[in-house]
Amino acid sequence: MSTTEILFWFLSALAILSALMMVTSRNPVHSVLWLILVFFAISGHYILMNAQFLAIVNMIVYAGAIMVLFLFVIMLMNMNADTEPQKNKWMKMAGAVASGSLMLVLVAALRDTELRSKGLEGAEGSIGLISQLGKVLFTDYVVAFELSSVLFLSAMVGAVLIGKKN
Amino acid sequence: MHLLSVDMTIFLEKLTMIAIVVFALLGIALYTTLAERKVAGVMQDRHGPNRAGPFGLLQPLADGLKLFFKEEIIPLSSNRVLFILGPFIAMFTALITSAVIPWGSSLELFGRKVDLTIADPNIGVLYVFAVVSIGVFGIMIGGWASNNKFSLLAAIRGASQIISYELAMGLSLIALLMITGTMSLGEIVKAQMNGAWGGFLGWNVFVQPLGFLIFLVCVFAECNRTPFDLPEAESELNMGYHQEYSSLKLGFFLFSEYINMIVSSAVMATLFFGGYDIPFVNETHLGETLGNNLVAILGVLMLLAKIVFFLFLFMWVRWTIPRFRYDQLMELGWKKLIPLALFNMLITGIVILLFDK
Amino acid sequence: MPACGGDLKRYMMQPLTNRAKVLDLKPLNFMERLYLPNIMNGMWITLRHIFKKKATIQYPEEKRPFSPVFRGLHVLNRDEEGRERCTACGLCAVACPAEAITMEAAERMKGEEHLYREEKYAARYEINMLRCIFCGLCEEACPKDAIYLSETFAPANFTRKGFIYGKPDLLIPDPKNEPGDFSLAKGQIEDRKEKVRKDVTA
Repeated sequence: MSTTEILFWFLSALAILSALMMVTSRNPVHSVLWLILVFFAISGHYILMNAQFLAIVNMIVYAGAIMVLFLFVIMLMNMNADTEPQKNKWMKMAGAVASGSLMLVLVAALRDTELRSKGLEGAEGSIGLISQLGKVLFTDYVVAFELSSVLFLSAMVGAVLIGKKN
Repeated sequence: MHLLSVDMTIFLEKLTMIAIVVFALLGIALYTTLAERKVAGVMQDRHGPNRAGPFGLLQPLADGLKLFFKEEIIPLSSNRVLFILGPFIAMFTALITSAVIPWGSSLELFGRKVDLTIADPNIGVLYVFAVVSIGVFGIMIGGWASNNKFSLLAAIRGASQIISYELAMGLSLIALLMITGTMSLGEIVKAQMNGAWGGFLGWNVFVQPLGFLIFLVCVFAECNRTPFDLPEAESELNMGYHQEYSSLKLGFFLFSEYINMIVSSAVMATLFFGGYDIPFVNETHLGETLGNNLVAILGVLMLLAKIVFFLFLFMWVRWTIPRFRYDQLMELGWKKLIPLALFNMLITGIVILLFDK
Repeated sequence: MPACGGDLKRYMMQPLTNRAKVLDLKPLNFMERLYLPNIMNGMWITLRHIFKKKATIQYPEEKRPFSPVFRGLHVLNRDEEGRERCTACGLCAVACPAEAITMEAAERMKGEEHLYREEKYAARYEINMLRCIFCGLCEEACPKDAIYLSETFAPANFTRKGFIYGKPDLLIPDPKNEPGDFSLAKGQIEDRKEKVRKDVTA
């Protein structure tokens, strides 16, 4: 086994284990911390694919900013294992069905992609480097890129509008 | 020397570098605590600590020993695991930021070219940002796990402060990156060495003065230093997020602040003040007469001198400017620095478009 | 200032000095809102202070001189032959406003003439330094020049008992056995007397 393979298996195991721990922990703060670990493992995978920019942005945006906001909310609402509301049986059932069907869709989508036949570009790929990514974003996908920025702008304007005193 | 298809000599080389950098950081941080007290003293017409050893040089050791032998207290109602994890994360993130800083050019040892950088990835600047944003968790987890109102408030203050100022910091750097065209810190330093007057005029601070000012203010906020030391405001929050901590865990928190200071000084020196570039001296010419190794070591010393200057600036500001109020802090960050950084970006873009074909 | 003025004026304190500064509450102009010039100003001030003379007195090595009228711990005086001057008349205890002085008199026996100057002496003489207010009335009351206040203060102690000074703590060194220490203490006393005398005449 090469180093890359060892790292791949280690990171995969870490990601799955942390994801499971995230779902099963009773304490929401622990859940958030396990989720951060998942993000780290995924960033590690990005680095194995030589997509350093994606890896680091994943860390800054998801692990850094969004998870801190999650922690904010959880800490301020004083949610912990003791105050967790007991949900009734039907809610649990509905949740299981909903997430099960989502998983089904994801598995089906994965089966149909070409990814399996093509295999991953390892450390040789350069699509994840900043210069390549920038070129692709601003040429091939420029419409989608600009549209998503407009979406963010509208979200920002909405937030400002809600936050403004009359 | 191959194991798992990795060249073990490189591995050993990097390991030595890491060990040297970490121990140097810890050593400098140790003496920065003394320097802080000395600077505070002389600025207030006092002497500062001068009893332990000559000029108080043994004071940091005495302080460290004292912290080490204090009783380790973990509050009963705290979250034990997270309580211990908090200072660990703070210390860890403070230390690993140093990985991408180019400490010098390269040495020739035993017929090998040894780069004086632990790693120089093409996303060096972003790496610094990522680690800083992870560093918030040390404060947040530590503050929350203490199960103390003051700690929680301080933790939330600290986290929101760091997130807010990270935005302005990033925007101020984008203008710089537009000029340099690379995110690798090593490349940024090399580009600055080509300026006139032995590289002095090539320093980015002359190209991006406004960007540097914004970056400087943001660095003060990121390090939780006065005038932005709201997370540890003694007069409002007792001691801030490390109120329940004692012994070595408290030491870790306090130490990580100083290491953060050193590393951000190094980042500032690297990005805006030419890193290991010696001003008014052409390194390649000097290398021919003195030998490349000597010039590389001089470069490292030059970078250290710049770091010491910035550390002094940190302390100087701390003992001069009073603390901001929380709303003032947020206003400065969101309403002043971010528009200013955007403006700086716009100007830089226009100048590049018009003059740099 | 008439009390019937505006609401604000009624509550305003009369200015005690003419150094009062009227606060200028105009909105800040652009340069002031930038804050940078003011910050530079402040930093210049702190920088200048680095090179100023330090106010610290390095205590064990350097000591601050006492004021000439400083009154410290008491000393029980002896005469030139080393005999205690105190005759246990009790005037000092009476004069003491804090009631810090306690004494017990005894008669001088035969063969003790070289120890005590008068026929009656203080067998026990205690001053409670926690009660004493160091006013110096005892030294003024003494008809025999037997008690003086020196220029040292009471050192710290672990117990209250330690602050009750008996004769061994108070007596001046014997001029025959320890002439050096005696002249030192005596010199201090004479200096003090001189200073006080000057003070009184002035």
